[in-house]
Amino acid sequence: MSDDIYREIILDHYRNPRNKGKLLDADVSIHDSNPLCGDEIDIHLKVDGEKIKDIKFEGRGCAISQASASMLTEMIMGKPLTSVKDLTKDDILENIGLLNLGPARIKCALLSLKVLKLGMVKYYADRDPDSAKKLQSDSTGM
Amino acid sequence: MMQKGALNVEKIREDFPILKRKVSGGKPLVYLDNAATTQKPLAVINAIHDYYMNYNSNIHRAVHQLAEEATIEFEKTREKVAEFINARSTEEIIFTRNATEAINLVAYSWGRTNVKKEDTIVITEIEHHSNIVPWQILTSEKGAKLKYVGIDDNGYLKLQEYVDYLDSGKKAKLVSVSHMSNVLGTIVPINEIIKMSHEKGIPVVVDGAQSVPHMPVDVQKMDCDFMAFSAHKMLGPTGVGILYVKKEILEKMPPFIGGGDMIKEVHKYETRYNDLPYKFEGGTPNIADVIGFAAAIDYLNNIGMDKVREHEVELTTYALDKISRVRGVTLYGPRNSKDRGGVISFNIGDIHPHDLATIMNDHGVAIRSGHHCAQVLMERLDVPATSRASFYIYNTKEEVDIFVGALEEARRVFKI
Repeated sequence: MSDDIYREIILDHYRNPRNKGKLLDADVSIHDSNPLCGDEIDIHLKVDGEKIKDIKFEGRGCAISQASASMLTEMIMGKPLTSVKDLTKDDILENIGLLNLGPARIKCALLSLKVLKLGMVKYYADRDPDSAKKLQSDSTGM
Repeated sequence: MMQKGALNVEKIREDFPILKRKVSGGKPLVYLDNAATTQKPLAVINAIHDYYMNYNSNIHRAVHQLAEEATIEFEKTREKVAEFINARSTEEIIFTRNATEAINLVAYSWGRTNVKKEDTIVITEIEHHSNIVPWQILTSEKGAKLKYVGIDDNGYLKLQEYVDYLDSGKKAKLVSVSHMSNVLGTIVPINEIIKMSHEKGIPVVVDGAQSVPHMPVDVQKMDCDFMAFSAHKMLGPTGVGILYVKKEILEKMPPFIGGGDMIKEVHKYETRYNDLPYKFEGGTPNIADVIGFAAAIDYLNNIGMDKVREHEVELTTYALDKISRVRGVTLYGPRNSKDRGGVISFNIGDIHPHDLATIMNDHGVAIRSGHHCAQVLMERLDVPATSRASFYIYNTKEEVDIFVGALEEARRVFKI
């Protein structure tokens, strides 16, 4: 079981996170934490037209939360916002290859998606209030 | 499995049905999360069952037979609690929902009456959130101040900081301190703290949530003014906290929660409050679980709290030695088992405690991971979280061995 979770790729992203750091001149920066575990993630987004031009994350926490964030940044770098805003929980779990996490650990895996959604809420707040509203409701209960 | 220790653990384990169950695909349960809550012996489960099966009714009011039986059993628990901590009388024992509510009762009732602008309340860096947040709420409301006494790098309280504070002529309105840390296991020099505080006329609240379940505690000898603890951390049910308050202090305190049971007479615009301790127990209490708690106290009394402590010192000494031999482990808190309870916090390599707990769970080992409701202490230790193993009367050296084996396994999974 543990060996299934802590595969090489998870440990690699945990120890060598991609796109980690601050982003100067970010269009949106957002922070959230998981009160159960104390995992923390900040996501910084640079948006160019309708694409994610650059993304960086900062954070600390367990291997699952940090690897998931790292892998998320790789997944959405350069992607159009329209596809990013519809990302689901299953997309993330599939992306990190952990489909059988228990209820306690699934929150770790989804924290970065929650932060990303909240970031996009902020981005869309003035530009597209309807999308912002939908993203807000997506992010609750995550 | 022969154990020559202070307790007949093998016999004790038979009294806990849950210890027979298997977890994580057939592994025996190794329950090492006792600082969070302990398991319950059959006697406690049966007492609750018996109440609901045979004499469920509300207490203190009705005159029918069921109510009378329930009231007698409920009040019997109060007598047992008073005796267990050696209170002078049952008037000094208040039932709450948990230790947190007990401390909040002090902050709300005593605190709002006595704490004024610019007053200082002293707490320490080892406190649980339940002994921090109520004082933050109170001091911010009153414009009062909160002062922390620090700890040294080995997890001992820097008592000298408090001595210096008092010697400098600075005042404190109240001191509230944990008797035993729920993270480091540190047992603080509570008698000295109380003695030096009383010399300056400062009352002391003791958070006994971790100490009362694990060692003999005598409130008269200690001379504390308030003590809070929880039934569920000492074999009892959840939903029952205890607040001990010296009678002469309690007599001057305004009520906490207003409503039924805490009154003598209610008129349109005024109320005469009930006698002690009922004045502080508004509404229907947790009758079943208070009654169940009596069975837990009986169980501990039969063993003897000296023996409980002896067993845990032995197990903690053994565990500290074994864990410290695992490569990559950082241990927090005092190394001498005489100065600490059976609570061991640690980290291993770069494995986050939540990942470690997941791996442990695969081996049937239940440990706690996270900040343990002690984020101020985590900041002081400069770690985001720790893993924590904590023991009780039913834990064995064999279980410590399984736990250490799982630690080695975690090193393998994480390739450290």
